[in-house]
Amino acid sequence: MNQLIFSRKRTVRTIITLVVLAVVAFIVLLLSMNTGFTKMSPLEVLRTLFGGGTARDELILFQFRLPRIVIALLVGMGLAVAGAILQGVSRNALADPGILGINSGAGLAVVLFVVTNPMRESASPMLLPVLALIGAFAAATGIYLMAYKKNKGISSSRLVLSGIAMAAGINALMIVLTLQLDPNEFNFIATWQAGSIWGSSWKFVIALLPWIIVLLPAALWKARQMDVFSLGDDTATGLGSFLNRQRLLLLVIAVALSAACVAVSGGIGFIGLLGPHIARRLVGPRYEHVIPVSALIGAVLLLVADMVGRTLMENSEIPAGVMVAIIGGPYFLYLLARSRA
Amino acid sequence: MTRSTHVKGRQTSPKEEIWSRPYAALLIIIGGLILLAVGLAFSVAKGSRSIPLDVVWQALIHFNPSNQEHQIIWELRLPRAIAGALVGASFAVAGALMQGMTRNPLADPGLLGINAGAGFVLAICFAFFPGLSFNQLIMFSFLGAALSVVLVYGIGSLSRGGLTPVRLALAGSAVAAMLVALSEGIALYFRISQDLAFWYAGGVAGVTWNQVNILWPWITAALIGALLLSRSITILSLGDDVASGLGQRTALVRLGAVLVVMVLAGASVSTVGAIGFIGLMIPHAARALVGVDYKWLIPTSAILGALLLVFADTFGRLLNPPTEQPVSALIALIGVPYFFYVIRKKVGDNL
Repeated sequence: MNQLIFSRKRTVRTIITLVVLAVVAFIVLLLSMNTGFTKMSPLEVLRTLFGGGTARDELILFQFRLPRIVIALLVGMGLAVAGAILQGVSRNALADPGILGINSGAGLAVVLFVVTNPMRESASPMLLPVLALIGAFAAATGIYLMAYKKNKGISSSRLVLSGIAMAAGINALMIVLTLQLDPNEFNFIATWQAGSIWGSSWKFVIALLPWIIVLLPAALWKARQMDVFSLGDDTATGLGSFLNRQRLLLLVIAVALSAACVAVSGGIGFIGLLGPHIARRLVGPRYEHVIPVSALIGAVLLLVADMVGRTLMENSEIPAGVMVAIIGGPYFLYLLARSRA
Repeated sequence: MTRSTHVKGRQTSPKEEIWSRPYAALLIIIGGLILLAVGLAFSVAKGSRSIPLDVVWQALIHFNPSNQEHQIIWELRLPRAIAGALVGASFAVAGALMQGMTRNPLADPGLLGINAGAGFVLAICFAFFPGLSFNQLIMFSFLGAALSVVLVYGIGSLSRGGLTPVRLALAGSAVAAMLVALSEGIALYFRISQDLAFWYAGGVAGVTWNQVNILWPWITAALIGALLLSRSITILSLGDDVASGLGQRTALVRLGAVLVVMVLAGASVSTVGAIGFIGLMIPHAARALVGVDYKWLIPTSAILGALLLVFADTFGRLLNPPTEQPVSALIALIGVPYFFYVIRKKVGDNL
């Protein structure tokens, strides 16, 4: 009985948090539409939104700003949820698709494509997520196999360390590949790697959207499983969940999510870490609450980072990934210092 | 969460734990030096233009400035080969010191973000003070290395439970990720990213005598420092309790070792960029060969590290001439599987 009340309280709290976050996201969204290289007043933005703006305003808002904003929202959600899943599966509160080398795998596939295929403009928007997915799965498979031992299964510390090893290796390989590029292509890749939301057209939104629409609900649906994981492997097996198979399924969801996001946004790290952690602070440790809340937090974070990066300097952009790392890095270290394991 | 990782170790008395094979070590050091001489000669002779060994010898003893081959040897290949040997030894010894100091099999200047720290400061230098001399760059590089050391170890010492391998690796990769992102931001903003990438890719290709002349006193001094510290590091590697029980001032030894690591890593990174994995692989291999007494482990690591880098660099040049393969990538090619092997071998199952 007590348990029930407690859990209902939690649910109410989660709903309130979600509503508040949605409002915050909406405000940031409005702000984000107002800022950029060309100044538009809030009034102009509103007028344009409802169809009464000049042709120039419409072009800026609908063709440049809005798609980019939508992508920032989607990518923020995807990465944060991917991070939450990885943390649940590895039972390491500091797991993140960037640190585990999954983003690097996706990046490597994209870089390989750009190196071998100079005609990238024509085909890329739909192709990039698929490529990134292949790369990310290759990396994730490698990490999984390295962390797996016969009769002993996966150990979370081996998983984390193998991921770090994979990231280090892939990054070395990536440097070699990018050095062969001409300066223009190099700049494209460098900007992409730094985590700039460059795919700012509706084509990229369409390429990304199906992944998010399928995978986010899947993650929510599996969230209860992860609460079982976090009890520890012995308890989880005792409760009869098919431990390794569930873990694998969740890993697949997380990898696919981060690959799709990385394909469009490049190497944005730390969102997968910040989102779930802040979410846990707000609504407690249960994943059915953590996942939706961290999705919204991720979206807000990335939107803010992108907006600040766009406006901080007069005539140049700071990639959103750099902005996130400036905030996320110190926070990560703070968490690390406080963690017990 | 339980403490999920442990490093395998038998419960033995200190004396038993410091096993070493002095004769094997001597053999490796002397044999390694001979092999290194061969490797250096080979490295100087081979390249996109092959030069016979007797001409190499001639160039060394009777340098003739009008002879083009002599010039290639002196101006391009010799500084490169020497820098390769110095830097390889530095990374390996830095790794050995860090592993001993932290009792952590995964300590390596690359993994712990020290290379990234030096790289970050250098990115700032390239962006804001483009005209700096190499001498000044090296100094800044030390600062950057120190920055990472302070961050990573600061986190480690602040946290309850101390520096477990997982925590150390996580702190290192987070510090590295943060600093690399900052460097990228700076590089993109100032449009120097490709210059920086060339440097970061790690290569001994462009090394000049000027750089070698500045580099070697630092590295030699630091290597001697490492040797002087070796006894204390051996004791420290048994654990803080044992070390202080034996009357060691552990804080002082740690400080000395950190300073040596800083100089070794900083000087190397400022010259050749971030070459990872040497500091991880070589001390491990050396430990298997000569044991855990740092008196032997450090010189053996130095020799093996120098050998690895000189041969990898030569191999990278010969693979597909006239283009060169970056030496950092070749070493990563060996280093990543080795890393996986260490993880499987040394990191516990906790299942």
